[in-house]
Amino acid sequence: MAKGNIGIVAWQELSFGQTEEDALLLDCGRKFGPVTLRYETYGTLNALKNNAILILHALSGDAHVAGFHSEKDRKPGWWHEMVGPGQPFDTDKYFIVCSNIIGGCSGSTGPGSINPATGQSYNMDFPVITIADMVRAQKRLMEHLGIKRWLALGGGSMGGMQALEWAVSFPDCVAGVLAIATTSRLSPQGIAFNWVGREAIMSDPLWQNGDYDDPQPEKGLSIARMLGHITYLSDESMYRKFGRRLQASDKYTFDFSRDFAVESYLQYQGTQFVERFDANSYLYITRAMDYFDLSAKYGGDLAKAFTEVKAKFLVVSFSSDWLFPPYHSRDMVKALLQNRIDVTYCDVQSSYGHDAFLLEVETLGRLITDYLANLYAEVSK
Amino acid sequence: MIARLRQELSRRPDLLLIADIIPSSVKMLDLGCGNGALLKLLRAEKSVQGIGVELEQSKILECAANGVPVIHGDLNEGLRDFSDISFDYIVLSQTIQAVKRPDHLLSEMVRVGSQVVISFINIGYWEARFQLAFGGRMPVTKTLPDQWFNTENIHLATIRDFRELCARREIRILRELPVAPASNFLAKLHPNLFASTCVFVITRD
Repeated sequence: MAKGNIGIVAWQELSFGQTEEDALLLDCGRKFGPVTLRYETYGTLNALKNNAILILHALSGDAHVAGFHSEKDRKPGWWHEMVGPGQPFDTDKYFIVCSNIIGGCSGSTGPGSINPATGQSYNMDFPVITIADMVRAQKRLMEHLGIKRWLALGGGSMGGMQALEWAVSFPDCVAGVLAIATTSRLSPQGIAFNWVGREAIMSDPLWQNGDYDDPQPEKGLSIARMLGHITYLSDESMYRKFGRRLQASDKYTFDFSRDFAVESYLQYQGTQFVERFDANSYLYITRAMDYFDLSAKYGGDLAKAFTEVKAKFLVVSFSSDWLFPPYHSRDMVKALLQNRIDVTYCDVQSSYGHDAFLLEVETLGRLITDYLANLYAEVSK
Repeated sequence: MIARLRQELSRRPDLLLIADIIPSSVKMLDLGCGNGALLKLLRAEKSVQGIGVELEQSKILECAANGVPVIHGDLNEGLRDFSDISFDYIVLSQTIQAVKRPDHLLSEMVRVGSQVVISFINIGYWEARFQLAFGGRMPVTKTLPDQWFNTENIHLATIRDFRELCARREIRILRELPVAPASNFLAKLHPNLFASTCVFVITRD
């Protein structure tokens, strides 16, 4: 098989929590079930079961991290360049797992799923979930797959949050953490953007307190996505990509339709997004990010949160990322060092902003390749 | 593998000297660790628990390839990520002259490490003195290959200068190991004149 090409892949599902005892105890206090997790795997779990890596997706991602679902499928998975034979997450060497988070809208149980008690979709009856709840559900998947310890787990942005939560909640289950473009607690700025995004959705008349049918509150959701997208770029990357270029003509229209290339781009992103994403899921997932603060249980002292951690860390930030700025990563590194945890940290020079974790494939790829190779050599000793 | 790693370091005699000074199994921080060659050697040879600090991204990638943990950081910002006496040894090789405030960094190092091993270029070396005294120009030597206007070495000092700074900062000198390209005898006799670089082991008094 050619390097990088993983070919056709299929998703799988795990269901649990049909009974009271088996249900998932959530941070909000509710016992929740049944739960379905949709996931994909690539590569083969070895006999020692020490080559398993869990990839965790960001806000709008899903379990489909690489490959195609069918011959006709035009778009590969979201981290296609990173996962495959001979790629950083080398499927010839490692067993790669990626699951959809609970609360999402790509197959795992979320607000759009049917509540068996009522026969209707949960909508706003869905419990408010946290990053830790997402991780608790993934832990069930780990047990189902017969894995005792992940060689590594990681992801960018909200994926990195889950990775950090894993290392803190289940220290014996994690050998390595890849915390990329992420934070140990969402900043007030991040909370603010999430708030405005949710306000856009909830003030759309079609939202109907979450009980929309078809169409969903497309306008609100697309505004939330456009706003989000701005925060994923940077001043410099926007200049490079669009400048002040006009989209269709070389003159201003002197009205309020789309003049600028950047306006067209955002509108396109917004429209695309509502095709594949659910407005209620957007509310729930952004709320989970808002609530994320690893140090909260420890009086704000992040170093105390890491005291039980056994994993080794690779922490990567991107110089122009203003949504998850590099100083968040540095704070994390400092807290890890205080606990004498083995950590490598790189602030990658990039103009791509937060999106860099999807775009700086070469630099990030080299870091991950070498980091995983060394980690694997160590656990194989 | 160890022989090959030593061979790689051989063009920097001060690094080999430092490698010999560091005892086994200690916790060590290498400031300005470059590609991580010293740490890689000491991790393999002496089971040292080592971590580096490096400013250049390309070198961080090399450290990762060498399997050496490294923190991206600027020594001009001090060692604020590190708590007091969190390392047995701190190494700073031929870098002190390139930072904005060598005195601040020196204080930071003795705060974070029990012992500090530091090597630097001695501007009191006879060749440099000769060039300045008779040529009337800033010295350009093997260890100082750049011109005054483009050199990164903005805080050059002699061995005597360094001893004085240590005294002023209440830093105790435990060992002083002059390195000479030619005669070790002369370098030991009069290090400030005959040693091109010098390795010091220091600690907080």
